[in-house]
Amino acid sequence: MEYRGPKRIRVTQKPMPEILHPEDAIVRVTRSCICGSDLHLYNGNVPDTRVGQTFGHEFTGVVEEIGSEVTKLKVGDNVLVPFNIACGKCIFCKQGLFGNCHEGSPQATAAGGFFGYSHITGGYDGGQAEYVRVPYANVSPTVIPPGMDIEDAVLLTDVVPTGYQAAEMGGIQTGDTVVVFGAGPVGIMAARCAWLFGAGRVIIIDKEEYRLEFARNYSKCEAYNFEEIGDPVLFIKKQTDWIGADVCIDAVGAEAAGNALQTITGRKTLLQAGSATAVHWAINSVRKGGVVSIVGVYGPTDNLVPIGNVLNKGITIRANQTAVKRHLPRLIEHVQNGVLNPKGLITHRLALEDVADGYRMFSAKLNNCIKTVLIPSTAGM
Amino acid sequence: MEPITQNPSQLPGWNIDNDPENDPTYPMRTRTPDDHKGYSWERPTQQPINIEVLHSIERPNVTAVFGTSVPPSGLSGVIRRFAFKYSENSYLHWLPLLLADRVNVVEGIVEDLGHGKVPNIFAEKGYATEWKHNRTAFVAKMTTIAVVTVGSILILTRDKKKKHKYRY
Repeated sequence: MEYRGPKRIRVTQKPMPEILHPEDAIVRVTRSCICGSDLHLYNGNVPDTRVGQTFGHEFTGVVEEIGSEVTKLKVGDNVLVPFNIACGKCIFCKQGLFGNCHEGSPQATAAGGFFGYSHITGGYDGGQAEYVRVPYANVSPTVIPPGMDIEDAVLLTDVVPTGYQAAEMGGIQTGDTVVVFGAGPVGIMAARCAWLFGAGRVIIIDKEEYRLEFARNYSKCEAYNFEEIGDPVLFIKKQTDWIGADVCIDAVGAEAAGNALQTITGRKTLLQAGSATAVHWAINSVRKGGVVSIVGVYGPTDNLVPIGNVLNKGITIRANQTAVKRHLPRLIEHVQNGVLNPKGLITHRLALEDVADGYRMFSAKLNNCIKTVLIPSTAGM
Repeated sequence: MEPITQNPSQLPGWNIDNDPENDPTYPMRTRTPDDHKGYSWERPTQQPINIEVLHSIERPNVTAVFGTSVPPSGLSGVIRRFAFKYSENSYLHWLPLLLADRVNVVEGIVEDLGHGKVPNIFAEKGYATEWKHNRTAFVAKMTTIAVVTVGSILILTRDKKKKHKYRY
């Protein structure tokens, strides 16, 4: 696929990717996903998104070719490829901050390198394709354990670790009340993972009734429609005996609905780096001394958030791009032990050729879409 | 209102990753002796730079690897080169990049037409899915666009005739 402009995706033939660096691998894609953060690109809201780029940062594949310095993988390996492009050598990688590698994106120092996510994150073609070039193949790409379902594996490249890290960053203590804003795939997974850290109560807020119903069943949490409960901050205060939630998670990012001013300035006119409604509600819903965890993606400029309340309430804000590699051992264990069921999030499976329909369906929330997986005709499985 | 989940300890995996130390500044990064040595690590092999790669002026060089998708070109490329004269802290970096993206879309259409290809907007925008799953709203949206477009054309045409009339 390639991007042709806001809300325009085209299926096209591009040249085969080549080994450009001794640590590169060429991977034949077997599954790829459309991520909620891809919608920021799709809507044209991320600066330096160039016409002709291929999106996709969640994918699995088979190693077809390796560079001269690749030792960890061999041709024929089935791999899951974390969305971070991490060198493993810079100070940030050595600290375990694999989402913040300093040797992956020349165009920006704030963002690391990601597959198929504009030139802010390196200008790499992504995995919504038949073949993809994977840099630093010795670091993040991981051989899929024998017996693991490929659909579980593909969700371990982003959505599961991101939901898990959202809960981890919340510093959840036994019995805590956790509120998740956004019942997309990451929000649903964050709500599910909040239980793993000992939450006593998990609430998810969204406006799409089918997503709330999905979250109730999948994450075993309470789910409320903000179009029905009135002011969501007031609702959370009443739900928590007027104190506020211990932990609030922003799992929406720039495409948030629910506040006209934020929508107009953040999504329609791009005067902000996206609509900050979810983080706004999170800051105002959390208790004094509480934690706000942000995994929703915003653009690189500015957002309207009540920073004064962060000070007045003594809130700790924790946020990061997920260090997928750091979480993989534990999460693979959870999947193998049946604690987590990633593929249960998948609602749609489309041929790669239908990618434009997939984006439209996900963006417009049609046909009860939660998570779409793309299958190239060359997948072979 | 009572919580729906009365006994979360019955859920698979409940509390198994609880860590009392994680409150609230659990070390999510591993401190190393090299933390304060700046940009001095042994860098990976440099990918050959044989295309134009714009890099942030907040770093001294191009990263060891980089993507080769769509190097800057045309008018949008000129705008992007201008943007990369400014740091990531500056609006003069980000706003021109947004402008360049919009110019790039027009360049894409011109490129298509130059190759004798008319973009299939219906397919590219996934309207088939809208038609299948959201037909009423889709028809309403398209009707609105058509009415506004036709109305605008009629108004503009009428204005032209009036001006023409008064000229005599």
